[in-house]
Order: sequence, then structure tokens, then C-alpha cells
Amino acid sequence: MPVRVPSLPAHPLHRLTLDNGLRVVLAPDSTAPVIAVAVYYDVGMRSEPAGRTGFAHLFEHVMFQGSAHLPKLEHARQVQGSGGVFNGSTHLDYTNYFEVLPAGALERALFCEADRMAAPLLTQETIDNQIDVVKEEIRVNVLNRPYGAFPWLQLPEVLYDTFANTHNGYGDFVDLESATAQDAAQFFDSYYAPSNAVLAVGGDFEVEQATEWVQRYFGRVAARATPARPQFGEPALTEDRHAVVVDPLASTPALAIGWRVPDPVDDFTGFLPYVVLSELMSDSDASRLEQRLIHRDHLAIQQAMYLGLFGDPFDARDATALMFQAHHGSHISAAQLCDAVDDELQSVAAGGVNDSELARVQARIAAQLLRQADPVLGRTQSFAAGELIHGRAEFATELPGRLADVDAESVAAAAAELHAAHTAVLELKPGAGA
Amino acid sequence: MSVEVTDETSAFALPPLIEARAARAPRAVCATLPNGLDTLVVRRPTVPMVEVRLRITLPAANRATAAATTARGSLMSSSMLFGTAQRGQEQLANDLAAVGADLSVSADADRLLLSTAVLRTGLSTVLDLLAEIVTSASYPSAEVSAERDRLGQRIAMALTQPGVVAGMARSRRLFGDHPYAQTMPDPAVVAGLEAGTLRRTHRERVRPYGATLVVVGDVQPATVVRQATSAFADWGGPAGRSRVLALPDFDPVGITLLDRPGAVQSNVRIGGAAVGRSDLDYAALKLANLIFGGYFSSRLTENLRERNGFTYSPHSGIDNAAAGSMFLVDADVASEVTARAVHETWYELGRMALAPVTQGELDLARRYALGTLALSTATQAGLASTLSSLAGQGLSPSWLAGHQKAVAGVTVSDVQEVSRRYLSVSSLATVVVGDAALVEDSLLSLAAVRAPE
Repeated sequence: MPVRVPSLPAHPLHRLTLDNGLRVVLAPDSTAPVIAVAVYYDVGMRSEPAGRTGFAHLFEHVMFQGSAHLPKLEHARQVQGSGGVFNGSTHLDYTNYFEVLPAGALERALFCEADRMAAPLLTQETIDNQIDVVKEEIRVNVLNRPYGAFPWLQLPEVLYDTFANTHNGYGDFVDLESATAQDAAQFFDSYYAPSNAVLAVGGDFEVEQATEWVQRYFGRVAARATPARPQFGEPALTEDRHAVVVDPLASTPALAIGWRVPDPVDDFTGFLPYVVLSELMSDSDASRLEQRLIHRDHLAIQQAMYLGLFGDPFDARDATALMFQAHHGSHISAAQLCDAVDDELQSVAAGGVNDSELARVQARIAAQLLRQADPVLGRTQSFAAGELIHGRAEFATELPGRLADVDAESVAAAAAELHAAHTAVLELKPGAGA
Repeated sequence: MSVEVTDETSAFALPPLIEARAARAPRAVCATLPNGLDTLVVRRPTVPMVEVRLRITLPAANRATAAATTARGSLMSSSMLFGTAQRGQEQLANDLAAVGADLSVSADADRLLLSTAVLRTGLSTVLDLLAEIVTSASYPSAEVSAERDRLGQRIAMALTQPGVVAGMARSRRLFGDHPYAQTMPDPAVVAGLEAGTLRRTHRERVRPYGATLVVVGDVQPATVVRQATSAFADWGGPAGRSRVLALPDFDPVGITLLDRPGAVQSNVRIGGAAVGRSDLDYAALKLANLIFGGYFSSRLTENLRERNGFTYSPHSGIDNAAAGSMFLVDADVASEVTARAVHETWYELGRMALAPVTQGELDLARRYALGTLALSTATQAGLASTLSSLAGQGLSPSWLAGHQKAVAGVTVSDVQEVSRRYLSVSSLATVVVGDAALVEDSLLSLAAVRAPE
């Protein structure tokens, strides 16, 4: 007896494009007296040239180092002193900046974001300072810990071929240390044009008032050329690939498997069954892999299968991947695990998915999407990402319905494709020295 | 020109803040069920979901059994969903997933927490399943045995994480033989646990008295209270042990250095006694913590990160536990600047204790505290977790409004007084995990270096 799956409350969307090309999405919603502002720039780690690995992320740090009318540290003080929180993050295909605030701080938040869109302070002093900060970030997240950034930093080298897709997005220290103010100015000029960005505003505001403020503060940012967006897609693998990394800090082995999947934008309909499949395989205690690898065969300590390097199926363009990772005991071989995962894929492909299993998976997907949509920031970010990646902010409100429409046959067909496809396998072995 | 400059100045002046309409205080319906279970329900229909938290107090009986209690709590929490009298692991997992739920169970030194979100349409199912779990979790021997091995491996993995090791070293320094020193189960004690022990512990300790059920979301509170009363009718038993052991004193002198050869970074951990949410000084201490290191616009971040580039994410906070609250400072810093980073942190602590903060710093921190309190309780999940955490300390939802009022009234001298008492370097213990060959000599310039507890 499947439960009736409730749907997302409708949020009316308003959009406009400023004369300088900035795309704006307004999503008013008065359920709580809070607002979120999100600015998404259409540049990420994949756009970094050789010799400048880690630059997109370093530049994200530098965007917090002051702007024409806000000295260093002032952005944080303005947002936090208004009772809000802020952050930024660097992804494969975009870099975002966002804040959540009490509703009365909307105009100030728009002023702050517009000020750094117009003219961030790019001095060698602050860049040098943030190079040191980023190096400590890399040490804490990668170099000084076991399984650091496994597998998102290491698996792409096995799974892909082009520099854009394989290079270290956190950055080599040599590249980071040589970054200059001139590089930053050039990067800003090339990629941070208003016409290369999306602004989304969500929460408790009047559309007319917000539109006026957006026009006033962002309208005066000078238009610049929109950079051409390169294609980062790659042809399918033509053979199985396998690599080993040795992690001297690790206590037990780990395994990652990557499969190439359909273009998540141009072939969105073909991509969706993979989203449902990854949930069916790996989400919750009821999933196929949790049952098989953990409870039945005792092959893994923990497992996860997900789409996209960072676990968000919808935040990247082509090429993207289905990822599997597991930690396992030394007495279990990587091959045993690979075989078991493939066996489960084949079982879905051949045996199909019955109604009650599909209903469970659909209920879990709906619950996760609804939960993400509850905070105003989650909603606003999904509108911004939808507009930037898929060209439609409405993407976010349509997604639950689209996923609910995925049927058992297409999930089984996706599993069959994966079972037949070549894989990129990366083993992490504990031990001293390579 | 001057006209242009004036225009420029006004056009680019910071826009004002507008007083937002106040957040609605959560209207909680509270009921104590016939079996003693405290139930707290808030209608918050922002999305058609419901958040559920069931908190069951589970303090260690005494110092001698602390290690056993921690190990049992940990294995119980990861084995509790392996089945009930009515259904096996897979059936239970399927029935939860069918209503969109992803139930998790966690344990710490004070409590067990069962936590999930569920589709609005599945709340009664989840309440029935929760009741089934607390009254008849089966802990099947073969599954528990397999989980015991996995837990042992997960602990071994955690013990290779420098942040975990550093947190444990600080807890041992601060808490000595108190159960709170046991932040990670001892693998040897875990290895000796049997399913029968878990079943017995569950029967004896998983009781409705002292437990709190929090439900927040798209619900009618009166209906939820009725559903919960019926679902948990068979959960009973006398009031359990709820006394928590008082925290011991600790010796704050000297820097504990735990050697991690080859480390490319040092984990600096500082801690000392603080006051909890029910104390009159709590609001002032919360603001003192923010100004010192509790948010990005703090002195610690400006100094260590934005001026010196020693670290990525330094921060301080107040950790509220049943037996007492602690003030904690964390910074992961480059090996070569470890002693300088400790020195700068101590300097900023000293400055808090010895000199008044500015009115501007206080107002900034105050607005942040009030704003983020409203943000964190604006979502179903945030409100549910906040109310459950308050209940764990015996505080009702009305604490939120009282706290907002207290924060609004804190003065500069209040901040200095609590800083003198709780942020003084002389009353805080400092622990460093790092490559001793690189950091020990320079640390000796600051203080005596002592071996880990």
C-alpha cells in the first residue's frame, strides 16, 4: 500500500534580464520572515587553464576580500551584522555566493553582492593571504587526513582524459603559489561578467520592491563580453580502466567505481532513470547495495552510490558520472566488491523493479526533495542552479514530477546500460609509500 | 567634482536595515503521555513533511562503567534497526522507506536519539514503527556480531583522523575519568559485546520516563498527541536512572602535545568550563564567544586567518551537555606556525578577559545571534532539533523567547565579566596534535609541554 506522495507547495517565479545581461529569478514566499540571495557565476574548476589549477576556488576566496565600497572583512560584517549567514563554493561548472538573512536586510545583501560583481578588490596582499588560507584548507581536507577528498579528487584521472575533467580542482601548491593579482583581474574580466551570472532571490519580499533594488544595484554593473562556454563532454570509455592509490594515513582499503552516464542537460530524459537507479541501489537501509554489501554478504563497512562528483546529480553539465564508493576490510578484494555491485546492476536489469520497490524509492526521493526545499536557501539555490545549468529556474519545481514519472522499465534499462558499460575503478590501499 | 563625489557617496552608501516582522514564536503543544513520555508538537506546514526526534536519556551509571556504557550505546544505536518482534531488518527498512523516512539512531554520553523526516502522509506509520522499535528491538545475534566487526573498523578509521584524535585528547585532558572523556568507544570493549547484553540494556534503559518525543511539521498537534498516545501505549517501565555525574576539575597548566609524526598540520584544541543555557550568564557568554571566535566576523578569524593565513577555519563554541557546558576553541594550523598560532589565540583570549569589547563588536554579535536564532528555527528540521536539544537539558520551548530577551540586554561590561571568568587563558587547557619534531621546541617557549593523558 504505497502512501500518497504530497507535492511541493507552488512558488510563483518572476524573472527579468537586466540590460547588462544579468539573469534574475525572484521567488517570493512569505512563510517565514527570511530571505536568501544567491549569485551563480558560470565558471568552475573545469574552466581552469593548465598551470592555474585551483584558481577558480582561490578566486572564490578572493571575492570575500573586499570590493569597491566594502573594505576587507566588511562583506562578512555586513551580512552577519544583519543577522545572517553567508558562504560561497566552487563546483565543476559554476561558482556560487549566497547569504540568508532576516527579510529586512534584503536591500543591503543586494548592495553587497552587486558591489563585488562590479569591482572586487584584487590586491597581491589579499591574494597571498588567501593562498595561505587555501593551502591550510587543502591540508585539513586532503593532505593531513586519511581518505582525503577520496574519490572526487582522484577518480576523475581514471574516468576522464581531458585536462578540464582530470585536473586537481583544489590546485597544486606550485600553481597556487604563483597566482598573481593580474591573473585574478584577468579571470574576473573573463568570467565574472554580469551576463555570465544568475541572481536568485527567495523568501519574504515584495516583487516590485525587490525588482527596483535589483535594477538599482546590479543595473549599474557595466556590461562585458560573455565568455564562450567550452564543451567538456567526452566520448564513452572504450575499455575498463583501473588504478591504485596508496594512502599512508588510511587504516582500511577503499574502492571507487565510476561510470559515464548520459548528458544531464541535453539528454535530461535519458539521465533521470539513473537518478532513480542510484537511489534504488544505495539510498537507505532498504536499498539493494546496503542489503547485499552490508547486511547479506558482509563485503563492506559502508557504501554509497550517487550521481555527480559531489553527490548532487543536477549541479553539473556533461561529462558527469555515476559514482560508487565503499570502505572495506583488508580480507575483501576490490574485485569481490566490483563483482557484487555489477551483479546487483544485472539483477535490476534482468529482474526489473517491482511496484512496491519503485514506490518506496519514489517516496524517498520525494521526501528528500521536499526536505531540501524547506529552507529558503535550499529553494533559492535550486532556482539559481536550475536557471544556470538547465536554462530554467522552473526546473527545480518540475523536478519532483519528472522523477515521479520515471518508470520501472527505464530504471532497468539504465541498469542494463551500466552493466554493459566500461568502468573506471580506483582502489585505495592503506600503507606506507607507493 | 564635489557634486559628483557627493552623488557617488550617496549612491554607494550602504542601504539601511529594515526591521523585519518578528518570527512567529513556535506554539508548541506539550503533553505527558500516560507512560511518562513527554511529547512536544509544533504545527509548521511549510512543506508537506514532518520531522520526528525521540530522545532517550542514557547517562553512564558511574566512572567504572563509563567505557562499557559508551561501547554498548554505540553498538546499540547501530544495531537497533536490525529488527523487532514483528519484522526483520529488511522489512523494517522497507516499511520506513515506503513513507519516505530514513530513520537514524545515534548515541552520545547523555542519550540515544532516534531521528527522521517523513512524508506528512506517513507520520502515523513512523510513530507505530518507533514504538515497535523501543518496545521490541530484537538485536539478532548474527547481525549484531557482523555489525560489531564493522563498528570496530569504523572506530579504527576514525582513529586515523587527526581531528578525531585531537578532540579525544582534549576530552581526556578536561574530563579525566568522567564518562565524557569517552568520546569514542574503546575497540577492545566493543569486541567483547554480545547481542544478549544489548537486549538486556535495551530492556532496562530504553524507557519512556525522561524521554522526549518532538514532532514538527505539517500536522495537527492534537491528532499527533492522540496518535502518539496510542502508538506508545505499550512502552512502559519505571522511571530510570537519570542522575548525571558532576564534571571533575582539571589542571589547566601546560600544553598537552600528542605526537603525530609526518603531520603537515597541527590540530590546536583548547577547552574549559562554561555555563549552560539555564544560567543567567549564558547570553553574555554566547556573545563573548561570538566576538572571540564564534563566527567569521570574530577576532580569532581576523587574526589567525585573515591577517596571518595560519589556518582555514578557526572557531570557538559552547558545547552544552547534561553534566555541564564547555567553552571550546579549534584551529588546524600549518606545522611551522603552530606555536605562533597558539600564542595569537592566547593573546586574543587575554584581550577578551582584560579589556572591554567595543560597542560595535557587541552590536554586530548581538544581531548575528538574534538573526541566526530566527533562521535556525525557521525550518522544520532546525526547529525540531533545537526543541529536542533544549528538552535534553530540561528546557521548554519558551526558553527561546527568554534567551532572545537576554541577548538583547547584554552590555559591554557583562561580556567582559564572563570573559574574565570563562575565557581566561589560565583557566583553559591547551592540546596540540602535530609532528613533535617540528613543533615541540617552539611550544616550549610558551609553556611547559606535557604528555597526553
